Amino acid sequence: MFTYLLRRLGVAVLVALTVSLITFSMIYLSGDPAVALAGEAATEEDIESIRTYYGYDRPILVQYGDWLFKALQGDFGQSHYLKQPVALVIFERLPTTMMLGLCALVFALVLSIPLGVLAAIRPNSLIDRTALTIAVIGQAMPSFWFALTLMLWFGIVWRLLPITGSDSWANFVMPSIALGYYITPAAMRLTRAGMLEVLSADYIRTARAKGLRSVTVLFKHALRNAILPVISLAAVQFGFMLGGSIVIETIFAINGLGFLAWESIQRADLPMMQAIVLVLSVFYILLTLLADMLNAWLDPRIRVA
Amino acid sequence: MRRQILFAAACAMGASIWFGPAHAGKSDDTLNWATDREVAVVDPYYNNTRELVVMGHLGWDALLFRDLDTGDYKPLLATSWTWVDNLTMDLDLREGVVFHDGSSFGAEDVVYTINHVSSPDSGVLTPKNVSWMKSAEALGPHKVRIHLANPFPAAFAYLSNAVFIVPEGHYDSAPAAADGKKDYGAVRAVGTGPYRFVEVKAGEYVLWERNDTYMQGSPKGQPSIGNIRFRTIKEMNTQIAEMLTGGLDWMWDVPKDQAERLEETGQVTVENAKTMRVSYLAFDVDGDSGQTFFTDKRIRAAVAHAIDRESITRNLVGPASVVIHSACHPDQFGCTQDVPRWDYDPEKAKALLAEAGHPDGFQFDIYAYRQREYTEAVIGDLRKVGIEAKLTYLQYRALRDLVWEGQTPINHMTWGSSSIPDVSAITSHFFSGGRDDPAKDPEVVAWVAEGDSSTNPADREAAYKKALERISGELYWLPMFTYAKYYVYANDLDFQTTSDEIPRFYAAKWK
Repeated sequence: MFTYLLRRLGVAVLVALTVSLITFSMIYLSGDPAVALAGEAATEEDIESIRTYYGYDRPILVQYGDWLFKALQGDFGQSHYLKQPVALVIFERLPTTMMLGLCALVFALVLSIPLGVLAAIRPNSLIDRTALTIAVIGQAMPSFWFALTLMLWFGIVWRLLPITGSDSWANFVMPSIALGYYITPAAMRLTRAGMLEVLSADYIRTARAKGLRSVTVLFKHALRNAILPVISLAAVQFGFMLGGSIVIETIFAINGLGFLAWESIQRADLPMMQAIVLVLSVFYILLTLLADMLNAWLDPRIRVA
Repeated sequence: MRRQILFAAACAMGASIWFGPAHAGKSDDTLNWATDREVAVVDPYYNNTRELVVMGHLGWDALLFRDLDTGDYKPLLATSWTWVDNLTMDLDLREGVVFHDGSSFGAEDVVYTINHVSSPDSGVLTPKNVSWMKSAEALGPHKVRIHLANPFPAAFAYLSNAVFIVPEGHYDSAPAAADGKKDYGAVRAVGTGPYRFVEVKAGEYVLWERNDTYMQGSPKGQPSIGNIRFRTIKEMNTQIAEMLTGGLDWMWDVPKDQAERLEETGQVTVENAKTMRVSYLAFDVDGDSGQTFFTDKRIRAAVAHAIDRESITRNLVGPASVVIHSACHPDQFGCTQDVPRWDYDPEKAKALLAEAGHPDGFQFDIYAYRQREYTEAVIGDLRKVGIEAKLTYLQYRALRDLVWEGQTPINHMTWGSSSIPDVSAITSHFFSGGRDDPAKDPEVVAWVAEGDSSTNPADREAAYKKALERISGELYWLPMFTYAKYYVYANDLDFQTTSDEIPRFYAAKWK
């Protein structure tokens, strides 16, 4: 198990480095960052002085090496736009994004697990078809469109929820639904498939033969086993939601990491973009690693392979 | 008991949801306005966004004030000014003015500000706004002399719009950033303006409160509304939702179709107002891009005759937009529309194409970065005369590189002149022989230089007119139209739009 962990950690570090290198190169492919910083009215001399001031006149690999060297020591530099240390800004905004991701995940699980269980109890019934329809709609609807629809009804027409901000828990209701709904179908299908498999297992038949109540069989014996893959999926999806919060945070004007990432891309704030991508990719890698470890712990065949 | 606690908690949560949405406006004497930009640095020298241009006029005062109705310059922090020679200007300063921190305003503050911002080490983000000044010296407690780096006839335009005065020693307390450089933008904002800076939360808001001790006799008038809060809301639909539910009192840049629908609701006031931004097509007259069609003036003329600019302004931009014929904004000093014109005439365009050896038209690449629908309208008009334009739509920073490298056969660009009401902010920028100059016509370069260096207004106008006539006559550019913005604001807000894209919130009132 320890060797497996080391191997996976090594791969994780390589992935993080590759992601950061690709991001660094992509930023340059999208245009000269000095032009973006200088603004439209800047003269050639203005842009040249900004290029020199921020060191954009150096070869890209030298810039990347310099950034990486400092990043490894925990110094992500200074935001060119916000004029604040990058690490400080990220740590200020990360909790908002984590809160949003967590709320979205809770919403997704609370909706998908009961639906999955109901669909498995009555396969091919009206309940199953309804659950399937909910899943298909969730996968088909663009999250920005769903977010705007929620805003229209709950914010403008009924005035039940605040449209923007992150001051209270009420601010997180619509964004969490919009973000969490997207992963509901996958979790529901996995729960349904797992439950169908477990419910046909011998030990469930034995439990029923012993005269246990249906609820006990379902929730104590069946769901407990069927839900394990869902937990692995949830860990990975949580990482996905941190990255996917860019759209939702932008729509609901939530001042989190996703919004910061979008703003940084638009204004070519290189140090900020680099750090955000690295933080999000490390989160995603760690959560994937956690899911892998969980699976390996549950299934010894994985760690042997 | 447990059930009661749960019920009470549910009621509390319900109440917090119900009363959750923040309501702004007249009831709490706070004008909420929003744009899609994040503001972290509250200093017009160290943040060159439009938002800080707007806030610059709220929190600070310039030496001069430009009356938008007459175009005249009026006293603000300076009461009178005279040119000593082409490179020297003397100004008498207003007495009895107090900064927001309680200190008195005087000559040393002006000297400190100008000497700081004009220094190459100041790190000012738009050096062009201040680099025309070399230094300043005090001639008395309320009299200063400004020394210019070069003759700069547009000095008044910059002194009224881009040079804001801070107290002496203001930037001395700037903290050092991680790279050892002074972070001047981190210093708390202090000015003499009608509103006083309260706080900023990057990504969320900037709050200003009324300066109740604002100087009497200012052409800006006395501020009326208690607080002004800028909010960052990236998504236009979200801004509209906040506008309709009372979370915002003012917004702009609303797309035409949405503005028209909002107007139909009657819940808000919608206004279309002109801006200083112009749209133009720049031709690759030297053929550097490898697509040499536009080296032939007849082809450039065919393009010009093929585009229905009136229709674009009327149907896409808004009623405040006008077609322009010269490479400047009609409201700028030195701009004339008395230049060769290229009216919409598709038949003439076809004839010119045939004469130039392209009776069936041709294909080329057009580049753009802003308001894609405007460029698509251009492409549609060109298609009607047989010219197929393939659109490459890029971010501004990527496109500007390509323009400088001469890789764009036609680029459809815009220019806002930083709201400077003088042709030197546009014509001189694009036709002085630099990388932005598509033609590098030596005569045009000389005429522009003549206009840029003379302090006699009549001589300037005459020199610029010659340049503008040549630019339009030879079609180095096809000037297209002025931009217009849709403003949407609360019905109970008394607000006047302005042509320079600088909303004067300090003059707004509740009805």
